[in-house]
Amino acid sequence: MFRAAWRSLVAHKLRLVLSVLAIALSVGFIVGTFIFSDTLNRTFTDLFAQTTTDVVVTPDTEFGGSGQAGELVTLPADLLGRIREVPGVAKAEGTVFADGVAIIGADDEPIGQGGAPQFGSNWSDDIDLTPYRLIDGEGPEASGQVAIDSVSAEAGNLAVGDTVRLITPTGETTADLVGVFRFGTSGNLAGATIAAFDTPTAQDLLLAGEEAFTEIDAVAAEGVSQDQLATDIRAVVGSDVQVRTGEEAADDAADAITDDLQFLNVFLAAFGFIALFVGAFLIWNTFSMLTSQRTRELALLRAVGATRGQVVRSVLAEALVVGSVGAALGCLLGFGVVAALKALFGSFGLELGSTPLAVEPSSFLVGVVPGLLFTLAAALFPAIRASRIPPVAALRDDATLPQRSLRLRTILGGVVLAVGFGVLITGATVAGGSGAQLVGLGVFLTLIGVIVFSAVLAAPVSRGIGWPLPRMAGTVGRLAVDNAARQPRRSAATASALMIGLALVSAMTVFAASTTDSLNAAIGRVIGAEFVVSTETQRPFPRAVADDLAEVDGVAVVSRSTFVEGLVDTGEGDATGTFVTAVDPATLSRVVDFTFDAGGMDGLQDGGLLVDRTTADGANLQVGDTVDLTFATGTGTFEVAGIYEPAGFFTGYAITNQGLEDAGVKIGDTFVYVKADDSADLDTLRAGIEGVLAAYPGVEVQSQAELKEQIQSSINQVLAVIVGLLGLAVIIAVLGIVNTLYLSVLERTREIGMLRAVGTSRRQVRRMIVLESVVIALFGAVLGVVLGVGFATALQRTVADLGINVLTIPWRSLVVYLLIAMVVGALAALWPARRAAKLDVLRAITTE
Amino acid sequence: MPVDIATAAARADVLSKIYGEGEAEVRALDGVSVSFAKGRFTAIMGPSGSGKSTLMHVCAGLDEATSGTASIGGTDLTTLKDADLTRLRRDRVGFIFQAFNLVPTLTALENITLPLDIAGRKPDPEWLDRIIDMVGLRDRLGSKPSQLSGGQQQRVAAARALITRPEIIFADEPTGNLDSRAGAEVLGFLRDSADSHGQTVVMVTHDPTAASYAHRVIFLADGQIVDDMDDPTADLVLERMKGFEAKGRRS
Repeated sequence: MFRAAWRSLVAHKLRLVLSVLAIALSVGFIVGTFIFSDTLNRTFTDLFAQTTTDVVVTPDTEFGGSGQAGELVTLPADLLGRIREVPGVAKAEGTVFADGVAIIGADDEPIGQGGAPQFGSNWSDDIDLTPYRLIDGEGPEASGQVAIDSVSAEAGNLAVGDTVRLITPTGETTADLVGVFRFGTSGNLAGATIAAFDTPTAQDLLLAGEEAFTEIDAVAAEGVSQDQLATDIRAVVGSDVQVRTGEEAADDAADAITDDLQFLNVFLAAFGFIALFVGAFLIWNTFSMLTSQRTRELALLRAVGATRGQVVRSVLAEALVVGSVGAALGCLLGFGVVAALKALFGSFGLELGSTPLAVEPSSFLVGVVPGLLFTLAAALFPAIRASRIPPVAALRDDATLPQRSLRLRTILGGVVLAVGFGVLITGATVAGGSGAQLVGLGVFLTLIGVIVFSAVLAAPVSRGIGWPLPRMAGTVGRLAVDNAARQPRRSAATASALMIGLALVSAMTVFAASTTDSLNAAIGRVIGAEFVVSTETQRPFPRAVADDLAEVDGVAVVSRSTFVEGLVDTGEGDATGTFVTAVDPATLSRVVDFTFDAGGMDGLQDGGLLVDRTTADGANLQVGDTVDLTFATGTGTFEVAGIYEPAGFFTGYAITNQGLEDAGVKIGDTFVYVKADDSADLDTLRAGIEGVLAAYPGVEVQSQAELKEQIQSSINQVLAVIVGLLGLAVIIAVLGIVNTLYLSVLERTREIGMLRAVGTSRRQVRRMIVLESVVIALFGAVLGVVLGVGFATALQRTVADLGINVLTIPWRSLVVYLLIAMVVGALAALWPARRAAKLDVLRAITTE
Repeated sequence: MPVDIATAAARADVLSKIYGEGEAEVRALDGVSVSFAKGRFTAIMGPSGSGKSTLMHVCAGLDEATSGTASIGGTDLTTLKDADLTRLRRDRVGFIFQAFNLVPTLTALENITLPLDIAGRKPDPEWLDRIIDMVGLRDRLGSKPSQLSGGQQQRVAAARALITRPEIIFADEPTGNLDSRAGAEVLGFLRDSADSHGQTVVMVTHDPTAASYAHRVIFLADGQIVDDMDDPTADLVLERMKGFEAKGRRS
């Protein structure tokens, strides 16, 4: 029996090529992302392992903050002396390390990509105690000297002997570049820049002059183990200090970085699984068509005594081989994906260096096992159907499987679809997290429902879409529409693949447009200032900027604000992490216009706090309630003074700048709002502002319009990435169209031969196949776009309270998607159409 | 029996068709010359492998000969390119095949007018009317092929072959898949179209009864014409066939 399956496989290998390719592509993508993620993990684990000392002492704090200078918990300097006296400590050194020193390159622009940290640090020459390895010049020994990492030196076109501009938390400064170093064996630390100073300078710049360290590192004397040393130090340092062995600390540090990257891995792999799901339709179609073409052969097997089980198993065995070959190719392809991801990350400044690939068996399993399961599941129904072929079919001339009724599909699909719609609508009316979960479930159920139900829609919708074709292309158009509508299950499965891709793409597009418009509307409504000053990545900048801006001619009001990370405790359950905005109560009302539900800005002055309505409802807060906020360097208790309507990204908790400082956080500004005098000329004012900002590289001024543009372009960037990744699923859907058409052409060989014999030209045959393809592609695309708009609408409704309160449907983009689907459909048909047109007429009509 | 060129609808001159080489060489046609008179119903008979289908395919422009020429109405097929051959088939030739003759998604009427529709032409309503009456399918015009019996399907195919008023109709075992009554209907119809409309018909068959409907029967064996009979009867044809088979067995 299995020999028969094997023979059939060999005979049909060309027909299975696209199935194999679809599996290989999706498995390759999944395997590649996992290998890449493991490699990243190994890179950092190795890096930290080789750069960590025997024992690492850090502050033990409930909340570490963002690591920005000003938001740091420190260790007192005298702790270093106590640790040095612990028996078993060979040597120990204190480290100052914080985010917040931008290195200005030769081109006067800050070095570094996107949001990567810009670390400042103290320098140490002792390679037992520091990860820094000098490769040029010498270490900084006095104030006015700096050493930087080699990647930054190259990126900024800086060399030892140059004078370097630096933006530090205390303002801009210049220093002589005395040394260039590597971080361990790596040029830098995961894409971050590092500027190192002598210890007093580092403390001045990063710790506001406090004689303290962020970390103390100790090396064990001969014969003392890491664990022993940690235990000894722990006995000396007291309870508010965390003592870890170097091994633990390296793991923690690597985990901290890879946790973030893990999210990226899951995000990327998800697109691989979507592609696999889409590929399952292609496989389902292939096996349906193969078994239907082999009806007589399978009936013959039954006639000579094969059991139903054997027929099922023989078809599944064939699927298993197809799945295995595809998965094996996918594993190879995975390495290509890794190379592509490495190049992509490299272009973002995250060099992986020469770390060998971390090839874990689990990376292959996570792609191969689902790949095989999807293949087998997709082949199962055709296999069961094949087993129902009666043996007598072998003896009949016109042995084909009868067209089955769509009644089951109608009922099943209709029920799932109705439930899906119900859940979706319910989700849309429920605000917050549970609403979003319901919408997610609704999207899933609706997709499944539509997939099942689409066979019922295939014929009528295809005829609707193809309605103009007979008028435009005559009989050929008529035949094309008929062909698209004639095998509703097959057309539906083919179109479903494209539908899934386009539903997700359209939903993302609509949601992105809605988010853009909601945020921009909020900016227009809320911000009264003409200009906003910030850095591209919303990193704090010196307070001197605001002071200088106040001096510019034509400025009426300058209002400062800052974002910090904090823990909020409202007295209900555990404290949760959140962002807190600090504002200037004296000037805030001049530059932003909040709508208050309760209370107002008046009570903000003295230890007051503002909170948006959605957050207040969630935390059950009223005006007059108190809230405890914990920051990295202190805590404070605040009283709710006002509850405001959330608008765009104006959400969450707001306190005063003074309140933040009283709570121990000394940090620069994140946003400075500039309101013009009524009489001021905006162009002149802008020029004045830019004149001030010239002294602060990286700090930029934006008008409201520019702010809106920037929001739009950053949302569009995210959209482009997601759409690009969904491209994989779309490619597989297109392969599915090619596959279906190719197999249909083979199946209709005699019919096409007869058409040719009675005078249909090659060109007409080609056109017929191309139009059929366009109709199927459009069928999928129309379903997908309609669903996508529905999904995005439900999602927008459920998050309306979070500030996404405008629903924008970008019709033009959606129409473009439909047009692209048409073009893609036509392209997918090229090869099958060529095959059909090249059919030898005589052989086609005499073919069995 | 040389036929005047002016009255020949189609002819073949010293046609040879050779498959394979050396030891494996098969001569499907071995220097066959024949012409098919206008307005006559000619049957080509012969045992399996005699080359009868090949002869028809070459004469109809569906296959190429190794040597020799084939022509329809004075047009030499051997020099035509595919596009011209397609146009010739569409406008000047009608086909009826053994099976799978119709487009399953089109109705009977649409199948009948298919060659004209493909050419983008309108059928002559009178002619269409007459054909429909001749094949007796007026009440089934809206049916899909799957709703028609085998005989009805073949009559639709015959009507489709006639609709373009072709110079010649080629029928390849048109009754091969039909029971005798349905077969008789189709054959009667083909004979009638020759007798009353002067339609030239060439039919390949291995069934002596089918051949007896023709005006003339050509017998093929081993790629050569071995006999030619006018006004055949089923018995005469059967006897002749038996003779060939006996001869074949002896040799």
